[in-house]
Amino acid sequence: MKKIKKLVLLLLSFTILTAAFAGCASNAENGANKSKDAAAKNAETENKANGTARTLDEIKESGKIVIGVFSDKKPFGYVDENGEFQGYDVYFGNRIAKDLGVEVEYVPVEAASRVEYLLTAKVDIIIANFTVTEERAEQVDFALPYMKVALGVVSPEDALITAPEELNNKTLIVSKGTTAETYFTANYPDVKLLKFDQYSEAYAALLDGRGAAFSTDNTEVLAWAIENPGFQVGIESLGNTDTIAPAVQKGNTELLDWLNDEIVALGEENFFHTNYEETLRPVYGEMADADSLVVEGGVVE
Amino acid sequence: MQDLGISVLFQGKNFIRLLDGLWITVRISLISVAISLVLGIVLGIIMTKENPVIKVITRIYLEFVRIIPQLVLLFLVYFGVTKAFDIHLSGEISAIIVFSVWGTAEMGDLVRGALLSIPKHQYESGKAIGLTGMQVFGYIIIPQTVRRLVPLAINLITRMIKTTSLIALIGVVEVVKVGQQIIEASRLTVPSAALWIYGVIFFMYFIVCYPISLLAVKLEKAWKD
Repeated sequence: MKKIKKLVLLLLSFTILTAAFAGCASNAENGANKSKDAAAKNAETENKANGTARTLDEIKESGKIVIGVFSDKKPFGYVDENGEFQGYDVYFGNRIAKDLGVEVEYVPVEAASRVEYLLTAKVDIIIANFTVTEERAEQVDFALPYMKVALGVVSPEDALITAPEELNNKTLIVSKGTTAETYFTANYPDVKLLKFDQYSEAYAALLDGRGAAFSTDNTEVLAWAIENPGFQVGIESLGNTDTIAPAVQKGNTELLDWLNDEIVALGEENFFHTNYEETLRPVYGEMADADSLVVEGGVVE
Repeated sequence: MQDLGISVLFQGKNFIRLLDGLWITVRISLISVAISLVLGIVLGIIMTKENPVIKVITRIYLEFVRIIPQLVLLFLVYFGVTKAFDIHLSGEISAIIVFSVWGTAEMGDLVRGALLSIPKHQYESGKAIGLTGMQVFGYIIIPQTVRRLVPLAINLITRMIKTTSLIALIGVVEVVKVGQQIIEASRLTVPSAALWIYGVIFFMYFIVCYPISLLAVKLEKAWKD
């Protein structure tokens, strides 16, 4: 009798578990389903089910635009000693708010959660050094680019890494959710990756010698190497030259169009060069050339 | 003036910002701890019931919360709830929900364990001298249970306080995140800031967690007959 009871209990718990998992699975399928005939229908239901992004009018009406930026990535997005957001991305964000005639609220985001913030409409725009990739473009809508980058690899001077092949069987430090992570996983599977959530942790790891090198956008490693004697950028440009652009939720065409017009209009007054002089020049000094980073009017030469 | 990393702490509002961050850490963890202790005790008592349905449900709840990493739970509540129901929870509310759900499960299991560790003859002896069920619980079982529970609960509480550093990933700027912002903002001018700031954060956590440990020691001594 007791045995039968136990058996029934076990079966019961399995049924509940599978039911729970099945529920999860079908949900996930709904989210990811992109088959052609169901796509239109799905898009409709998805929009209703998800947090839907605010339209341009709704933003103007509320008098405040919410922009996701980095809070620990100097000189692009960081918080200064007075608790104010600063940097190249923030300079651009301030201008957007000014031209829209609204206040701006900055939300600190992490590299790995930038897409999620847009999918759930927790921010209106992400301007967080967001590199345009095909994979991301399936989930969010990118506006015209305002910057361009490639990957760079920084390593100690006495064990300088000058080619990606030298990293085989060595440990490379990367940040989770960045282009460097995907690039090395796809192209150099023999490189051991040590991943961190935060840039500050990744740099600490490099200083401690827990990896042979650290790879992320070349702008970032160049700035860091200037300030850290003993370290040098051995590979300045790796992989494709990528562009960096603001992103909005998929389907928020109105805001996207406005942003594109804004970027073209700003190009005419060379806004991003001014931005460079204000925010990036003090960091890069004479090491970098403005034209190698800045994109005006959304046109990459 | 020598380039000491500690000077970063007194630039602008940095120290105040760290304290603000600490307050957010303390607020979120203490609210979650309070909810977890109350609900966890109730859950623990329920878990000792012999009803098979209750057993299965509480077991599944406990195992789910235990197996899923806290970070995944945070993302599920903060982003998942918005996706599924279009309800926007602030990062802080999401954090409190996740830490309460987690804390309740762990606390419930601790209470269950402590209750079951009381030998059966304690119940029977109580009944034998004519106490009612409630009296047995109130005079005999609970005092012994609490005594066994204190060190375990303290362990859980301090663990909860420290795990709150994860909430930076859902946009809540708590003490560790403030520290990282300060380090990043000054890493070009004061490279040694990291060590100093993390040192200060270490002391801040210590100041929060140590009184709890002290309280535990005191309670254990007081109840040692």
